[in-house]
Amino acid sequence: MPDESTPSEPTAEAETGSQVGDAPSDETPDAVEPEPELDPVVASLLERITAELGDAVLGSADSFGTLVIRVRPDAWRSAGELAKRSLDCDYLSYIAGIDWQPAEKLVSEDSGDTSTPAQPSEMTFGVAGSAGRFQVLAHVQSTAKHWGVTMKADVDDESPHLASWVPVYAGADWHERECWEMYGIVFDGHPSLRHLYLPAEFEGHPLRKDFPLLAREVKPWPGIVDVEPMPGEDAPAEGSPAEVEA
Amino acid sequence: MSDVTTDGTTTIPDFEIEPGALRHLADAAVGVELDTGDMILNLGPQHPATHGTLRLVVRLDGERVVAADPVIGYMHRGYEKLSEYRTYPQITTLINRIDWLSSFANEVPFIHGAEMLMEIEAPPRAQYIRTILTELSRIATIYLFLGEMGLQVGALTPAFWGFRDREHVLNLIEGATGGRFHPNFNRIGGIKDDLPWGWIADCREAMKKILDGCDDFEDVLVGNEIFEARTRGIGIVPAELGAAYGLSGANLRASGVDWDLRRDGKPYLVYSELDFKVWTHADGDSFARYWVRLQETRESARMVLQMLDNIPTGPIMAKVPRIIKVPEGEVWVETENPLGQMGYYLVSKGATGPFRVKIRSASFSNVSILPWLLRGVYVPDIITILGSLYFILGDIDR
Repeated sequence: MPDESTPSEPTAEAETGSQVGDAPSDETPDAVEPEPELDPVVASLLERITAELGDAVLGSADSFGTLVIRVRPDAWRSAGELAKRSLDCDYLSYIAGIDWQPAEKLVSEDSGDTSTPAQPSEMTFGVAGSAGRFQVLAHVQSTAKHWGVTMKADVDDESPHLASWVPVYAGADWHERECWEMYGIVFDGHPSLRHLYLPAEFEGHPLRKDFPLLAREVKPWPGIVDVEPMPGEDAPAEGSPAEVEA
Repeated sequence: MSDVTTDGTTTIPDFEIEPGALRHLADAAVGVELDTGDMILNLGPQHPATHGTLRLVVRLDGERVVAADPVIGYMHRGYEKLSEYRTYPQITTLINRIDWLSSFANEVPFIHGAEMLMEIEAPPRAQYIRTILTELSRIATIYLFLGEMGLQVGALTPAFWGFRDREHVLNLIEGATGGRFHPNFNRIGGIKDDLPWGWIADCREAMKKILDGCDDFEDVLVGNEIFEARTRGIGIVPAELGAAYGLSGANLRASGVDWDLRRDGKPYLVYSELDFKVWTHADGDSFARYWVRLQETRESARMVLQMLDNIPTGPIMAKVPRIIKVPEGEVWVETENPLGQMGYYLVSKGATGPFRVKIRSASFSNVSILPWLLRGVYVPDIITILGSLYFILGDIDR
């Protein structure tokens, strides 16, 4: 891209070629970023975001080559504006919620039933951390520079509120409606926060971890019912199939 | 076209009036003579142009749309919730049914994400077969569109061609995977089976038929006056607005945005080894979307032919534990699916199933622009616009 004039971009030549894509068809799959140091594109994006948002950036991480930043909730709108204005992220991929509270366990870890996943019972937060149970995450991308940023913001557990991105990205409309009905996170400034998928009279927020999956409550998952032994292997022991490192 | 003047004589204008301008004149005349109050028209949920159960509530002023509100969710299956109660291998069965026309392509990003978290890489042969099948799903999906788009403007023949020739591709997918629509063929670390004997030769034959078929579509529709009149200048999506709404795939490329995740995204499958062109069109109208998809289908067929010559030998599965536990981590994977950008945000906490799966499906965002796009269009154009955006309801409702 000849007109690309981003002075604060100290990227190495080889890496820029594969990540930013100024030479479209010569992507080299072996040009994967080395693990210990930050990917140059990620590093330069992070630098530009921290330069503008300052201490509103609460955490950041490089998750498999994608920059994940966590911003203070009051800076959510300005983070979106920054992404669109300064980072060339003209494309809104999604806005979603997440509930970090563990769901009520359906099976215990040592029951041997591997057909129903048993998640850890203590609350842990993903990359870049979280202050509480609920978080909103959004991914924005640049169609010209081919980079993307995942942004996260913590919202209050009791009355989750966050500024709407509709004035920044028009497509935020439906994503925020979905997030509101699934998690109960209210987006301030959204033009019409109403049900998207679910009927208007639906009560509750289904993707919250404390909302039971009724199908499983009514009839428990049968678990492993018919396991065929692998070729050259004896039938698995009753109840607890051993974890075989092939 | 004749005009009646005030004294009763008829004059014939000696200049050509654009058909569009005539429609404006006709509307203006009606507006003067009759009081046309707004009318609410319910389109769907069961309308052939909606590919499932999309309901559109349109407020009409005469023939013109004042406001449109898509009502979705008639088919919402809650896959994001269900995924939290299932193991990784079980989830591929669900995500097969997101965009049910290109099920194989849906599996790829999910499996790829799980493999990234587990730090497993599928062997080259598996990657090649995955790429071939992904491109075949793309052809199968878009080929149907190429035919159906004719149906939206009243041309029946292309629709039959679309269904007929798509079978060649579906037969190939069935031959390789055992499933016509829901292959469930990807495994973490590779694929379930190798290609059957003789499949590659069949595939070459089928690709020739597809390329010929694309020529037929081009002959019958692209240069057709009626088709052009119904699609050119209709439903124009400006590039910036399309991007802000999250339109992706051919819908965005038809607005001149040169962005294809196969080329521009993080490397996945074997696209970096292939020689292909990303087609764009500057107009952003329904016609451009049709044209871009037509070129893409050809490009996909050529890509398949390229890959058939270069499939490496070797294993089709990497070494994976019998019970799959994915290490703690978060990963965002995105791929260029037939309908646009498909992505998963996978959050794992080290269990046999994911903690949270955010499914980013292409059609959801592609359709979210409808309230803006349909404002001011005429009722018959709603159908062509819906058709040209090309969405699958399962991809909206997840």
